[in-house]
Amino acid sequence: MNQQQQPATGSQPGASFYMGQRLEMEYLCADCGAKNEIRPREPIRCRECGHRIMYKKRTKRMVQFEAR
Amino acid sequence: MQSDIYNPRRHVGVHAEYISDVSNRDFPGHYPDEDNSWNLDLFRKKLHVKVNELSQRSIQFDLVGVDASIANAFRRILIAEVPTIAIEHVYVWNNTSVIQDEVLAHRIGLVPLNVDPSYFEFKPDAQDQATDRNTLVFKLDVTCTRKPKTAIVRGTKKAEPEPEEIYNHSIVTSGDLTWEPQGEQSEVFASKPPRPTNENIVLAKLRPGQEISMELHAIKGVGKEHAKWSPVATATYRLLPLVVLNPEKPVPPQYAEKFRKCFSPGVIDIDPVTKAVSVNEKNLRNESMNREVFRHKEFEGCVELKRVRDFFIFNVESEGTYAPEKLLPESIKVLRQKIATIRSAAERLLAEIEGEPAVQGDVEMADA
Repeated sequence: MNQQQQPATGSQPGASFYMGQRLEMEYLCADCGAKNEIRPREPIRCRECGHRIMYKKRTKRMVQFEAR
Repeated sequence: MQSDIYNPRRHVGVHAEYISDVSNRDFPGHYPDEDNSWNLDLFRKKLHVKVNELSQRSIQFDLVGVDASIANAFRRILIAEVPTIAIEHVYVWNNTSVIQDEVLAHRIGLVPLNVDPSYFEFKPDAQDQATDRNTLVFKLDVTCTRKPKTAIVRGTKKAEPEPEEIYNHSIVTSGDLTWEPQGEQSEVFASKPPRPTNENIVLAKLRPGQEISMELHAIKGVGKEHAKWSPVATATYRLLPLVVLNPEKPVPPQYAEKFRKCFSPGVIDIDPVTKAVSVNEKNLRNESMNREVFRHKEFEGCVELKRVRDFFIFNVESEGTYAPEKLLPESIKVLRQKIATIRSAAERLLAEIEGEPAVQGDVEMADA
């Protein structure tokens, strides 16, 4: 509602969803907090503890809000 | 003046089930053979302003001799139209705390700042260019870490230590906002650097590894846009209460104590010898006007409860941007500005009627 993301610097328009050319994404384990690189079609499972719930990382972009 | 408040024309009657004489009748044509047209000299004679209490953040003063419309205008202007500076735009780079970005942004917006708004211009639109004349920049960069074991000082003997004892920066307060001077601001605000009026407002709580990193832009605004720009916490008035004893029917001495208990503490004095009751003028303004006295048959006709229609007891609490005693003069400034706008608009309208149409179309009134 209040939030207007600034255009990502460096990424191509329309292609930002795929994060450029990278196929693996870094996720955080919900249980132990370890960083996990997961490729498409790979089982979603933490390498450290075997937990099956992962969190996506927060965007690196700046987010704007109205203080209301 | 003290005896003048007993002039019955200035009174609003407070009765058991209703109030009477609410409106002022001192206008031309109401009383025969009396010219009650408005007169500056008379107004000057009647007008009294007296400060009763003044503290760092609040003021209580009497405004006597003005119409309710004027007193109410000042009250409303104090709440909604005296400008202040408040954080409006929040740019979040990172926030891994448990409090959501939008909630944190809202909390930060409500923090009162100690900046004199007269140094600033209104930023006409959110899209307009921010300059050093209309925007103040603050940074909030906080990371919570564990304290090294050697640095931990246990204040309490409890089994579980307090978070503040074992973590650095587990609480983010308004004091963590750091001002970033822009352009000429470092010289203009050299003597009084902008900061929150209260440094101990908790904005968020953190645990080790959590981080908040944001830039905050504060702009000038008024309370009618958003309450965060209101310079006051409360601005209220009430009318002076009056308790008028009937000399024809004194309170029976055996009921004197019961009579005293019908009123707020200190309002009624009892003569220790004669048990005659009297009203304590100094404590009269503390009367709560609960009308308990009307419930007892033995006091029927002994006393009248009233309020003085043009005696306004103002209670104003400042948020710290303005000193409490500066708030009424600021609201007068705003009201005068409004009057000046109306006046110039009326003069333009008059010029149009008398001569050639000065401007085509409607008279433009600035939204002041």
